[in-house]
Amino acid sequence: MAEFEKANSVGEWFDQRLNTSGFWRVMMTEYWIPKNINFLWAMGALLAMLFTLLLVTGIFLLMYYKPDVNMAFDSVNYTIMQEVAYGWLFRNVHGVGASVVFLVIYIHMFTAIYYGSYKKGREMIWLSGMLLFVTFSAEGFSGYMLPWGQMSYWAAYVITEIFGGIPFIGDELVIWIRGNFYVADATLTRFFMLHVLLIPMAILGAIVFHFYTLRFPHVNNEEGEFFDYKEESEKYLAGKKAESKVIAFWPDFLSKDFMVISIFMIFFFYLVFYHNAFAMDPVNFDKADGMKTPAHIYPEWYFLWSYEVLRGFFFDIAGISGKSLGLMAFGFAQGIFMVLPWLDRSPMVKPANQRPIFKYWFWLLMADLFVLTIFGKLPPTGANAWVGFFSSITFLGLFIALPFLTKIEAKMVGGK
Amino acid sequence: MINESRRGFMGKAFGAVAAVGAVGSLVAMKKSWDPLPSVMAAGFTTVDLSNFTANKLEIAKWQGKPIFILKFGADMPEVEKRSVKVGAHYYSVMIGLCTHLGCIPAYKDSEHTFKCACHGGEFNAAGVHTFGPPPRPLDIPPFSIKDENTIVLGEVGPEYTELIARLSTDTNIA
Amino acid sequence: MFSIIVGLIVAVILIILNIVLQKVSFPKEGRILAIIVIMTGYIYWGFEPYAHHEMHPHVADATYTFDGKADVEALKEAGADTAETEAFWAKAVEAASLSGNVAAGKELVAANCTGCHSITSEGFPELMSDADAAASYGVTPPDLSIAGKIYDKNFLAAVIMDPVKAMHIEHKYPVGGDKVFPMPASDWMAPQEIADMVAYLASAASKVPAVETKEGASEFEISKAQNKQVFEAACVRCHPMSYAGIEAKTPADIMSAYIGATPPDLSQHIRSRGDHYLHNFINDPQRKLPGTGMPRVGLTQEAEKQVVEYMTQIGDSKKQEREELGPKVLIYLVILAIFALLWKKQIWRDLH
Repeated sequence: MAEFEKANSVGEWFDQRLNTSGFWRVMMTEYWIPKNINFLWAMGALLAMLFTLLLVTGIFLLMYYKPDVNMAFDSVNYTIMQEVAYGWLFRNVHGVGASVVFLVIYIHMFTAIYYGSYKKGREMIWLSGMLLFVTFSAEGFSGYMLPWGQMSYWAAYVITEIFGGIPFIGDELVIWIRGNFYVADATLTRFFMLHVLLIPMAILGAIVFHFYTLRFPHVNNEEGEFFDYKEESEKYLAGKKAESKVIAFWPDFLSKDFMVISIFMIFFFYLVFYHNAFAMDPVNFDKADGMKTPAHIYPEWYFLWSYEVLRGFFFDIAGISGKSLGLMAFGFAQGIFMVLPWLDRSPMVKPANQRPIFKYWFWLLMADLFVLTIFGKLPPTGANAWVGFFSSITFLGLFIALPFLTKIEAKMVGGK
Repeated sequence: MINESRRGFMGKAFGAVAAVGAVGSLVAMKKSWDPLPSVMAAGFTTVDLSNFTANKLEIAKWQGKPIFILKFGADMPEVEKRSVKVGAHYYSVMIGLCTHLGCIPAYKDSEHTFKCACHGGEFNAAGVHTFGPPPRPLDIPPFSIKDENTIVLGEVGPEYTELIARLSTDTNIA
Repeated sequence: MFSIIVGLIVAVILIILNIVLQKVSFPKEGRILAIIVIMTGYIYWGFEPYAHHEMHPHVADATYTFDGKADVEALKEAGADTAETEAFWAKAVEAASLSGNVAAGKELVAANCTGCHSITSEGFPELMSDADAAASYGVTPPDLSIAGKIYDKNFLAAVIMDPVKAMHIEHKYPVGGDKVFPMPASDWMAPQEIADMVAYLASAASKVPAVETKEGASEFEISKAQNKQVFEAACVRCHPMSYAGIEAKTPADIMSAYIGATPPDLSQHIRSRGDHYLHNFINDPQRKLPGTGMPRVGLTQEAEKQVVEYMTQIGDSKKQEREELGPKVLIYLVILAIFALLWKKQIWRDLH
């Protein structure tokens, strides 16, 4: 260790010991982001903000929530909602935040698909992002159980029942997950632990990892252009900011992120105060009753598409039961987005609309997901069941066809 | 350089506005730790004195604390200035926590004395410290007298206000 | 299917919008924003208003005349004979339209009603405890002190004539069935006699003093106390409301034997059902939930409003606070966004 000079300021004292100025430079002022981006590139920062809101409000809910089947419902709907000062605000922000965070996740995810940001060296960004999607889904599902309303109970019942479809071990597995023969106190308490401890820790780790994966391949840009970051950053540092193709993470990129976040917060808090029923289902204000299924049960909107894939197969095909087919399709739907970088065989990194074949695939997928989502909530009877079936088949078909379609595209564009 | 400083100013202005919001939400967070309305509403204890016997300590519970209520007998030294007259009788009404470090003293009825087992503090029947480390007499909880046999702990009545005023001016009874 | 057609229309709008905006060289970010807003709006429409519309078919809005028209319509739809029902309601409406004699009504009520019903404000006491009354009659009979105020006149006349028909619970007590409703029908009475009784009940109710509240009580507390009086008279014979510390007057096991189900705790019904549903349901439960054990209670529009308001004051007690805080937070956020926008503009001026 070299000898330390006496520090002239508190900042310098820390700098000597922690190299704060170096850290700030590497992480902030000389972390380079392409300039050719639009507001969709702010979704990551927006997600970080929403996650922070969820974390903070969750901490405050945790101080009055009781994970016990006899107390959970009233601890939420009486203690937190009627008694605790601003308890209603913490819960509304938490409930609406949980729903809106998925809207932003989907925008973030389909932005990546649209601009080809999962390709050529950016596979780890995509994978770590999908890992976050999976952990957020688990977080959403486990949290939904906690108010112990009718939807909490029956969602937990139906979703844990899905594991019963796994061959050989299914029945035992369901009982093991629940810790009982039905969804009971043991189930609530263990999902409470998952929701407030294990999954949040995993999410925090995954967020750090996701940031890290961006470091080397760099963020994609609006045209999928490749350029020399070293050269461009030198221009920027030499004061030729307008000429350079890059901007600094701080303050350039973050100033725009903060702007997008601030504007989004107006919309978000409008929902929190005046329009929160979409995120806090009325049926869930009836206390859980294991002897009475509500007339209509459905998951939260962000799970509807995969729920519809699950129930789209309502009849047996080739001797395989509809239930098994649904489960297989559901498993396929959960996993298939993960391997997208390897299904897309075209080397072209461009916005979807500039890719001759992929553009049709992309918009068809969007349309199909919309149909799946909307029909996922409707009662699966009559024509609705057939729409569900065909849109599920379309979903599977799109992903099976993707490698072949993109191979053709690769030939058309000549490897560019 | 003007440009540079203006930019710095806008950043600081935005930061200041954001800080206002952060402080606002801290207020909401602070308030969420306040005792709940149901806790505040439960802060009253009604005590029926009709079956009390002289020189036998009764303990009521108010705000989770033991409240000593001791009916004075004819043979007991009168400490009118610290005692509460309800109906025809005098009572000591005191928080039963030693003013030294908060242990609960025991009452020796033969000696008319409260003795604290923790550090040996002693108080007389009126709650005035007579021995050991306690720095002041036992505290008196807010009360109000409803009728000749009932007092309500936690409610500030005129008798309580008077008593406290008397104690703060009269140095003889500490 | 309708949603798919709407979806196709939305898609066409998106494509046209995109082309038009490109032609007029609208800023690219604005174009992207418009596309995302429209797609989000469509999906929201699909899983919220549209799905609810599909799952919960619309029923006619509540009416407060209680003249049996809806019952007759329902019978017609079912192809049943309507003559008896029409005659019944015609007589009830006629009786309610006559001007009644309060003194004569008082005698009739004393002779016919107070054996089971208390009217404490008029000095007719409760003859036994709520639990004992429930055990003897099958359900605790209501006190009639404010009945003349909270129940519709037509409905009161109809209840006196035949409670089962008036309350629309024929499916629970079919003619000739082995279950008999605890209150006997009095349809042998002349319309004038019924009018007298209704007039007496109205006069008794008008003499009940306003609910007392603590000095310095806020407007919210005063209205809550007044609403509670109506709620307790109208609902609490059967329903508990634990968040208000209210227990049902009829014990749950007796209630369950009486009606075949345990009436739910109403603490959170304002959230689980919403005020629109509650109004329609209370007004005529059979129409919203055929076969339910809950009788039509015949509340006037004003009394029903008070009941639903009370459910809001208990089940959504922070509504007022929420509505007061909302605008402040939104105004703050608009200011924050303006500052963020200005800062971003400053920073990016050098970058272009």
